[in-house]
Amino acid sequence: MNSLAQQTPLFNWSWVFRNLDLIWDRTLEHLTLTGVALAVGLAISIALSVLAFARPRTYEPIASVSGILYTIPSLAVFALVAPFVGIGTFAEKFVTAEVALVSYTLLILVRNIVTGLRGVPAETKEAAVGMGYTPGQVLRLIELPLALPVVVAGIRIATVTVVGLVTVTSLLGLGGLGFFILNGLRKSIIFPTEIIVGVTLSVALAALLDVGLLWLGRRLAPWARVGT
Amino acid sequence: MSPQPMISLEGVTKMFPGSQRPAVDHLDLEVGEGELVTLVGPSGCGKTTTLKMINRIIEPTSGRILVNGQDALSVDAHELRRGIGYVIQQVGLFPHRTIAENIATVPVLLEWDKGRIRSRVTELVEIMSLEESMLDRYPSELSGGQQQRVGVARALAADPPIMLMDEPFGAVDPIVRSRLQEELLDLHRRLRKTIVFVTHDIDEALYLGTRVAILNMGGILEQYDTPAAVLSEPASEFVTSFLGGERGLKRLALLPVSEVELSRGPVVDVGATPEEAREVMRRHGVDWVGLVQDGHITGWVWQSELDGRPLAELEPKEFLVSLTPDSSLREALDAVVTNRARVGVIADQGRYLGMIDLEAIAARITE
Repeated sequence: MNSLAQQTPLFNWSWVFRNLDLIWDRTLEHLTLTGVALAVGLAISIALSVLAFARPRTYEPIASVSGILYTIPSLAVFALVAPFVGIGTFAEKFVTAEVALVSYTLLILVRNIVTGLRGVPAETKEAAVGMGYTPGQVLRLIELPLALPVVVAGIRIATVTVVGLVTVTSLLGLGGLGFFILNGLRKSIIFPTEIIVGVTLSVALAALLDVGLLWLGRRLAPWARVGT
Repeated sequence: MSPQPMISLEGVTKMFPGSQRPAVDHLDLEVGEGELVTLVGPSGCGKTTTLKMINRIIEPTSGRILVNGQDALSVDAHELRRGIGYVIQQVGLFPHRTIAENIATVPVLLEWDKGRIRSRVTELVEIMSLEESMLDRYPSELSGGQQQRVGVARALAADPPIMLMDEPFGAVDPIVRSRLQEELLDLHRRLRKTIVFVTHDIDEALYLGTRVAILNMGGILEQYDTPAAVLSEPASEFVTSFLGGERGLKRLALLPVSEVELSRGPVVDVGATPEEAREVMRRHGVDWVGLVQDGHITGWVWQSELDGRPLAELEPKEFLVSLTPDSSLREALDAVVTNRARVGVIADQGRYLGMIDLEAIAARITE
């Protein structure tokens, strides 16, 4: 142990400076994988939630399926999806990774969106209908905007989850900052600097996005904080 | 008896799925233009269902509903609703929109231009005695009474000829409620809207309504008449029991003092001599006299206080309660029984008009 510690200091700053470009590229990759997963997940979840909300009988099956998807380990999802999509080209790897990531967002997002929609007070809806809103207008102009704070809370949880999961896609040769973690572990002599960079930046990214979304949510729903 | 009907229900029935008896059963009801009709009855009488069928929040099972001469069931429900103001008990302001945006709801739906919407909002702030400073705030920042005022402003925004109000003042405290009631009457006088107002409170129904529709369980119309007629000639046992006790007092509440011929009462001008004052008391058979100066009544003195000084030098006691010709006879009665002189004094902006006593009030109610 002693000789090992002398050979490789716990944190090697010169490695960091030599690899700034690579770190930047992998950070962008991490953000892209996260962003695409959330955008696609949100689009699918809004559609599913509106369906589950409008046709209450569809809620159970939708919630069950997204719940099952949530329990499948990400590695298993890669194994299941890879034969159909392939993992040869970057595009194939990307799609395989996204299928796994998106499937993890669904449960959290659908639950929150449906909860948000169901939380809209009955009198608010009755007033909207009474004023002459069409059912589509009630959904678009009243129910969805009022569900926003709860939806944003769901997006924040989903984001933190996905940022963590992206590191696992390093096994497909992607991984964003997870690339460094895997690389550091794979070296014949474990290289802590790479692992620390990967972990720290990944955690920082999650925290930063979380705070950013919190801020965005407050900007979009200023009414949710005032009064009572 | 009523002007041209603005709303008319013909044989309207509502049967809710899974229910044995209809909530509303073959109801015929006409509401004339400019009327303020109150629908009142015990819970389960179908009054709210009836109201909500007019703007089709609830679709009738059968029957015909005409709104402004148009068959309400043959037009798009949301188009129909944009022409009818709607106010509910829980107000239902949109929490994510400012007060100004809430008020502008229907004008925005009707795609008015921005300038017109802005000036209309300003106008409604005036009409509903709201404050300009409220406009940029959110509903949760307002009190219950203020929220309901905004609710009424929102319903009035596109100037609909008809307003439907479902227990709008049921959730505010009694003091705010009576002020909102007065404001509604004032609004009705000024804007001449046709209003249908649902309440479970018979006093509110009698106070507000130009006509009162009393409904029994299952939407049976027991009586549909003016408040005075309902009180003096209840159409059925049900109506009598629903009116409850104190029918005489309730009738008094509906009649203004100006309905009764006032007497001048035992008063003298302060320029009169004590002898003349004694003569007035003798004539009225009382032991006190009211003093009038320049057409204003300054108060009253006991006979025993007349000690030979000029009347102007005496210190008269005030009549505690002062009535106007618009005061109700119920208020007059209250004034009479709380005043030691046993009269109510009526003045209009300080000018003395006359006195009212128990006998005059009783005579009006038993005539």
